[in-house]
Amino acid sequence: MATHSVEVPEQFHQTGEQEHHAGEHPAHLAHHFDSMAQQFAAGKLGMWIFLVTEILFFGGLFCAYAVYRANHPEVFVYAHHFLHKNLGALNTAILIFSSFTMAWAVRAAQLGQQQTLRLCLIITLLCAGAFLGVKYVEYRQKWEHGLLWAGWYHPHVTDAEHHGDAPPKPVSPVTSPTAGKATTSQHTPESTAAATAGERSEYPGEPRLAGVFFSIYFCMTGLHALHVIGGMIAITWLLIRAVQGVFGPEYYGPVDYVGLYWHLVDMIWIYLFPLLYLIH
Amino acid sequence: MASQHAGQAHHAGGHVVPGYVLVAVFIALLVLTALTVAATWIDLGSGNLLVAIGIATVKAALVALFFMHLRYDHPFYGIVFTVALLFLALFLGLTLVDVRQTFPEVQAAIENPV
Amino acid sequence: MVTEVAEPKPIARATPPDYLHDGRGIWSWLFTLDHKRIGVMYLVGILTSLLLGGIFALLIRTHLAIPALVHRPGQTISTGESAAVIVGPSQPTPPGAVSSQDAAAQLTAESEAATAASTVQPTPPRYLLTPKEYNRAFTLHGAIMIFLVIIPGIPAALGNFVLPLMLGAKDVAFPRLNLMSFHLWLIGLVFFLVVLFTGGLDTGWTFYTPYSTTTDTRVTTAVVGAFILGFSSIFTGINFIATIHFLRPRGMSWFRMPLFVWSLYATAIIQVLATPVLGITLLLIALEKNFGLGIFDPKLGGDPVLFQHFFWFYSHPAVYIMILPGMGIISELVSTFSRKHIFGYRFIAFSSVAIAILGFLVWGHHMFTSGQSRLASMIFSALTFSVSIPSAIKVFNWLATMYKGRISLQTPMCYALAFILLFGIGGLTGLFLGALATDVHLHDTYFVVAHFHYVMFGGTLVAFLGGLHYWWPKMTGKMYNDTLGRLGALLIFLGLNLTFFPQFVLGTRGMPRRYFDYSSLLDRHPEFAGLNLMSTAGAYLTAIGLVVAAICLLGSLRWGKKAPPNPWGSASLEWRCPSPPPKENFLSPPIITPAFDPYDLDQVVYDPETQGYWVRQTAVT
Repeated sequence: MATHSVEVPEQFHQTGEQEHHAGEHPAHLAHHFDSMAQQFAAGKLGMWIFLVTEILFFGGLFCAYAVYRANHPEVFVYAHHFLHKNLGALNTAILIFSSFTMAWAVRAAQLGQQQTLRLCLIITLLCAGAFLGVKYVEYRQKWEHGLLWAGWYHPHVTDAEHHGDAPPKPVSPVTSPTAGKATTSQHTPESTAAATAGERSEYPGEPRLAGVFFSIYFCMTGLHALHVIGGMIAITWLLIRAVQGVFGPEYYGPVDYVGLYWHLVDMIWIYLFPLLYLIH
Repeated sequence: MASQHAGQAHHAGGHVVPGYVLVAVFIALLVLTALTVAATWIDLGSGNLLVAIGIATVKAALVALFFMHLRYDHPFYGIVFTVALLFLALFLGLTLVDVRQTFPEVQAAIENPV
Repeated sequence: MVTEVAEPKPIARATPPDYLHDGRGIWSWLFTLDHKRIGVMYLVGILTSLLLGGIFALLIRTHLAIPALVHRPGQTISTGESAAVIVGPSQPTPPGAVSSQDAAAQLTAESEAATAASTVQPTPPRYLLTPKEYNRAFTLHGAIMIFLVIIPGIPAALGNFVLPLMLGAKDVAFPRLNLMSFHLWLIGLVFFLVVLFTGGLDTGWTFYTPYSTTTDTRVTTAVVGAFILGFSSIFTGINFIATIHFLRPRGMSWFRMPLFVWSLYATAIIQVLATPVLGITLLLIALEKNFGLGIFDPKLGGDPVLFQHFFWFYSHPAVYIMILPGMGIISELVSTFSRKHIFGYRFIAFSSVAIAILGFLVWGHHMFTSGQSRLASMIFSALTFSVSIPSAIKVFNWLATMYKGRISLQTPMCYALAFILLFGIGGLTGLFLGALATDVHLHDTYFVVAHFHYVMFGGTLVAFLGGLHYWWPKMTGKMYNDTLGRLGALLIFLGLNLTFFPQFVLGTRGMPRRYFDYSSLLDRHPEFAGLNLMSTAGAYLTAIGLVVAAICLLGSLRWGKKAPPNPWGSASLEWRCPSPPPKENFLSPPIITPAFDPYDLDQVVYDPETQGYWVRQTAVT
C-alpha cells in the first residue's frame, strides 16, 4: 500500500472518519481509499483472509497427519523417539519469544518509538534465524541417519544415537494400543514384508511403514520452515522501511500485517511441537 | 454503516496493547510449553493426546487474542478466523469418517492381493 | 417532495481520457494497476485459452466421429483383439516408448498422426489421433478449460472490470495484488504451454494417483502450473472480499448491492477456503512423484483415496467458483431485459452464500465408486441433494422476475435464457449422479460428460458470453450488431444441445467415457454411431456459433457505433459512468440516495438522442 498519486482533488465518499481535512492528504494513503482508517482496516481484513488460506493450506497436512496417526499409531509412537525433544522445545521457546518481540514491535510502531521498533524487528529476525539454525541441525541428523520420508527411508542408527530422552521402546507388535486398526498391518509374515521399500525390520520393535512418520514430519516442518523464511523476508523489508522511518502512529499497517502473519507461523508451530515431538 | 464497521475500531491508531499484557502472555506461553513437555511424563493413555492438543489450543488462543489483537479488534476478524477453523474441522472430520472405515479393508487388500 | 440528485447527462467538464487511452504502450498495460485494464488483459488471455481448449475439443470430437463413419455393421474394421483400445488411466505406459509424441503435433499434422499410429499399435485403427495423443488431448482440453478458462473466467475478467464500477469505487482494494494475480495467471499459462509442447499430460485434469505419480508425462510441470494458478485465484478472492467490505459507497448497504456483487462475494469465500487445499494437494503430488514421499502410495503406507479427498475438497467447491458468478450475471441480465425489479432479491443473495457453504459438504459424491466407505457415501449422497435447494431458488426467482415482464430479446438476454434452460438440464441430471445407486450405473459414462458440460459450458460459459455481450459496450465503448449477436447465441444454444444431449443417451446406454475407440461396441449398440455423429456435428455447430460471436464482438471494435453510457437501461451504478470509463471510473462521484436500488427500473428513462438510457435518481422525502 505505497504512496499513490496525491493529486486527487476531493474524496467523493467520506467513508472514513473526519481525521483528514480537505487539502491535507496523508502521505501513505492510496488514491482509492478515503481515509487511513479505511485503508488500514481493508489491509487488515486482507491479511486475515490470507491467514485463512494459510490455515487451510496447512490444514491439508494436519488432515494427513490425523489420518496416518489414526491408522498407524504404532508408527508414530515408535518414530517420534528419533526426534530431539529438547531441540524442539528450544525452538518452541525461540519462536514464542520472536512472537513476543513482534507484538512489541507493533506496539512500538503504534507509539512512534522508532528505536524500539527497530530493535524488536532485529530481535525477531535473529530469533527466526536461530530457529532455522536449530532446524538445520535436526535435519542434518535425520539426513545422516537416513531417517527420511517413506520413499527414501533407510535408517542406519544405532541405539546409542537415538536423540530422544529414552531409547526407542520396543513396541511389541501385538500389544499395540489400538489393536483393532493396527493389527491388520502387522499380521504380515516377514518374508513378504521385506519386499517393499518402506518396510524394514532391522531395528528392534520397528513397525512396518515407519517412513510414513517422516514423510509427514518433513512435509509439515519443511512447509513451516518455508513460511519462516518468507516471514524473514517480510520482516527484513519492514526493517528497511523502519530505518527509513516511515512507520508511526499514523501509518503502521504493514508492521501489523506482518505481525499477524508471524504470529500465525508461531501458532502453527505451537501445534506441530506436541503433535510431532511429544507423542506418548 | 456496514462498510466502515471494522474501520471504526481503528480510528486514531487502533488499540495499543499494554506492555505488561504482552509480557504476561509471553510468560504464560513459556509456562504452558513446559507444562506440555511435562505432561508426557505421565501416562494418561489416549488422554495424553487430548492434553497436548488442549494445551496447544490454549497457547494458540493466547497468541490470537493478545498478540494478534483479536481481544481488542472488531469481532469480524475473529469470525473470519473461526470460520477458517470450522472449515478445517469439516475437512478433517468428514475425511476421517471415511478413512477410518475403509482403512482396514484397504490394508487387507494390500496384504492379500487377489 | 422530489429532489433531482443526479443530472441526466454528465456535466461538461474537462473530460479525462478513457482508460483505454490513458497511457500508451505495452508496459502501460502489463504493469497497470487499473482494475479495468487488468480485467481486459485477463479477458484476452482467457479467450485465447478458450480457443486453445476448444481446438482440443474439436480434435476429440472429430476423432470420435471416425469409428462411426468407417464402421460397417457386422464387419469389424480391425482385427478383434486391438479394435477396442481402452486407454483409461489404468493403462500402463510403456517405459520410454514413443512418449516424445509431441502434443503439439496433434494440432498440425493429421498425416503424421496416422503414420505414428501405425508404429504404436500393432493393428492400428486409422483414426485421427493415436491412443496416447487422444489421452493427451482430452487431458489438456480439461485442464486448460478448467484451470485457465472457467475458474478465472467470470470473476477475474468480468468481475475485475465490473466490481469497482458497480460499487462506485475507483479501484479494487489492493490494486497491486490484483496485478500480481494476473501475472501469476500468465506464469501458470506459460507452465501449461510448456506442458503442451514438451510431451503433454495424460492423467486427466484430476491428476489421480497412482497414475499421475507413475506416468512419464509432464505431471510436475502441470502441477506447479496449477498451483500458481491457484494462488492467482486466491489473490482475486482476497481482493474481492476486502473490496466489497470496504469500498462500498456510503449508503450502499449489503442489500443494495447488485446481485452480481453478492455472487462474487460468495465465490471469493470459496476461492479463499478451498483453493489452499488444492495447493497443498498439488504440492504433495509433486513431492510424491519426484521424491517418493509416499503419502498417497499404499506400498509406503499412504492412501490413494486420501488424494481424492484432498482433491475434491477443493474441486467440488470449485465447480461453484465456476457457476456462482455466472448465476450472478444471469440475475443482472434477467432483471434488466425484463424491465422488471428482480424478484426475491434477498433469496437470490442468500442462496449464493448457501451454495458456497453447502458446496463444501458434498465432495464425496465424486468418490462413490472409488472405494469410499459406504457410510461416507451415504452421508455425501444425502448432503448432495441439499445443494439443489438454493439452486432451484435462483431459477424460480429468475422465472418470477420474467413473469409479466417486458422481455426484450437482445443478445445478452438470449444468453440468459439459454443459461436457464441449459443449467436446468445440467442441474437436474446432477441429481441422477448424486443418487448413490444410479451413480454406480452412470459413473464414468458419457452421462457424466454430458452433465458437467451442460453445467460448465451451458452454464458458466454461456453466462460468461452473456456477461461479455452485456458489458462489452462499457468495456470498449462500442455497440455490436445485435442481430449477429443473437445469431451467435442461437447457434451456440443449438450446437450445445446437439453436442451434449446425445451424450446423455449414450451414457445411459453404457458408453464409457475416455474411450479411444468404440467400434467394437457398435455391433451390439448400432445407435452409438448416430449419436456420436450428432455429437460431433453439434461440436462444429457450437464452434461456428462461437466464431459468429467473435466476429460480432471484434467487428464492433471497427464498425460499431459509439456506445452510450447506459445502452441497456439498467439502474446499477456501472452504467452511470462514461463508456468506456476514465481511469478513475466516475466523472463525478456517485451519491447513493436513500431511494437507491440497482433494480429500480422505474427510474430508468430512454433518451432517443443518445439511444441510451439515463437514471432518474430521485430522493423522495
